[in-house]
Amino acid sequence: MPYRFLEEEATADIAFEAQGKDLEEVFRESAEAVMNVMVENLDGIEAVESRTIEVENEQLDLLLHDLLQQLVYYKDAEQLLLRVDRPSMGNADGKWHLRALGRGEPIDLQRHRLIVDVKAVTMHDFRLEQANGGWRAHVILDI
Amino acid sequence: MKVAVVHALTKVSDIVWELPPSYKEGMRVPARIFATERLIREMDEAVFEQISNVATLPGIARCAMCMPDGHSGYGFPIGGVAAMDIARGGVISPGGIGFDINCGMRLVVTNLTWEEVQPHLKRLVDLLYLRVPAGVGSTGFLRLSRPEFRAVLEEGAHWCVRHGYGWHEDLELTEENGRIEGADPDAVSERAIDRGIKQIGTLGSGNHYLEIQVVRPEHIYDRKVAEKFGITIPNQVVVMFHCGSRGFGHQVTSDYLQVFLRVMESKYGIRILDRELASAPFDSPEGQRYFAAMKTALNVSFANRQVILHRIREVFSEVFGRSAEDLGMHMVYDVAHNTAKLERHLVDGQQRQLLVHRKGSTRAFGPGLPGLPERYRDTGQPVIIGGSMETGSYLLVGVPGGGESFFSTAHGSGRTMSRARARRLWRGQTLQQEMETHGVYVRTASWSGLAEEAGGAYKKIDDVVEATELAGLSRRVVRFTPVGNVKG
Repeated sequence: MPYRFLEEEATADIAFEAQGKDLEEVFRESAEAVMNVMVENLDGIEAVESRTIEVENEQLDLLLHDLLQQLVYYKDAEQLLLRVDRPSMGNADGKWHLRALGRGEPIDLQRHRLIVDVKAVTMHDFRLEQANGGWRAHVILDI
Repeated sequence: MKVAVVHALTKVSDIVWELPPSYKEGMRVPARIFATERLIREMDEAVFEQISNVATLPGIARCAMCMPDGHSGYGFPIGGVAAMDIARGGVISPGGIGFDINCGMRLVVTNLTWEEVQPHLKRLVDLLYLRVPAGVGSTGFLRLSRPEFRAVLEEGAHWCVRHGYGWHEDLELTEENGRIEGADPDAVSERAIDRGIKQIGTLGSGNHYLEIQVVRPEHIYDRKVAEKFGITIPNQVVVMFHCGSRGFGHQVTSDYLQVFLRVMESKYGIRILDRELASAPFDSPEGQRYFAAMKTALNVSFANRQVILHRIREVFSEVFGRSAEDLGMHMVYDVAHNTAKLERHLVDGQQRQLLVHRKGSTRAFGPGLPGLPERYRDTGQPVIIGGSMETGSYLLVGVPGGGESFFSTAHGSGRTMSRARARRLWRGQTLQQEMETHGVYVRTASWSGLAEEAGGAYKKIDDVVEATELAGLSRRVVRFTPVGNVKG
């Protein structure tokens, strides 16, 4: 499974581990995990609206952190549930840059089986590392 | 492994445990945990790691402390208390407050008995569920302009009362009178405002809830103090709720964690063992700016709970066809359990100015301490402890000897099981039916969210409260039995 929730960690919150063969995949899977904490049926999110998500950071792991925070931001600021599509990233001028398309729709209580709000992406034991020829992220979300 | 950590603890008394500074490199003071042996054994290993990490923070006074409901958090454990000596390089750490700044509890009484409320319970809970939105991304009925929201950041609950959402007496019964001074809207990002501007009057989710409760006569432990707090009739019905500063506070914390991570080591030479403990000297520009931003979130949370109280009064008034005043819907108190506040405490025989971080810990001022409402000057501060939705909650009171913990106590039951596991063990629909059989009517925004909050995922509230009493942190006044619950 590209991401899994870790039952033995973060008693009050939710921890997950995501994997990908490359950075783009581990970023996208981490984004899916964050949304899956809030919405049970991710396939129930229809791609009727989109937002261009652009983040930059000097540190690669914090770039992932910033992307995930964007999803939490749109959920509160616009009540938008977004799934990350086609992330692309590069390094220029000593910074990592990420551009992705967030596709989704406003929260619909009839169709979206909502679970629990993510308050924030914590920095506690936040890790993005190379593993098994690909990449692995370890993230704890504040609930 | 957990046992090995427990063995490293020194048993100071039956209720006080300590990890010495030699336990971990960098610890400046011991880490002290208040708990019975049973509660200590229920704590996950992360609690010991996290509280000993806290003991490494610059300027920490006396010891890093964990309350009896302590459980694994991020940075600080939930239940963590750390007082930083300002004059000795004490730091401020967003991770010592939590993302949900001023998450807290509010308690309101009625003059109704359970016998009077029981026939209307379902209608009450159903209406409360509609009027106090809960769950993922929920928004409230208030539509504020940005200048109006900025006024809320500065004025807190006063803004609400000024606009008709509450009574003047509510303010004096709120910690900091519902408005902490020194809140600076210019210290917060536009993103924080974007996230919070539509959320005033909403519960949120996770362990946030609104509950109708009953005081059984056999659950009054101190009749005199209970009467002072407004608990005066047998089987009296009260309403308790738990929520915080919503997306606004979460974003303020996220923003300043990044600010502190950038300057902490390069500018101030502070090294930490967990990035969630990112800190800056309290007396630095970054520390002061975060303090002013954090205070805006304190005010947002006071305003949030004020508007929710207004909605609760409206619902009771509608169902019973009487005014909220006639129903005696007076507040007992509103208390924060995720804060950092400047207070004066005795350390090594000297009065020191300390920044007391309480993350999942309730302030519990004893009688006579400054900052208490006049009416509670002789009793001590009411302390509202929310239990799990199945087991019950408590009203405690601060005690004169509470100085050992800088007048801090527990805040709730404390989890013993992860959300992921709870969701695997319980089904929301079944749990709701079982709870109704046991006399608690629940409405929830999410079945899975309800399963995560099953009573079996928490420590026993009675054990936690007993431990605070044995440790001399606070004293029991009343126990509440839940009968109706709105779950976020």
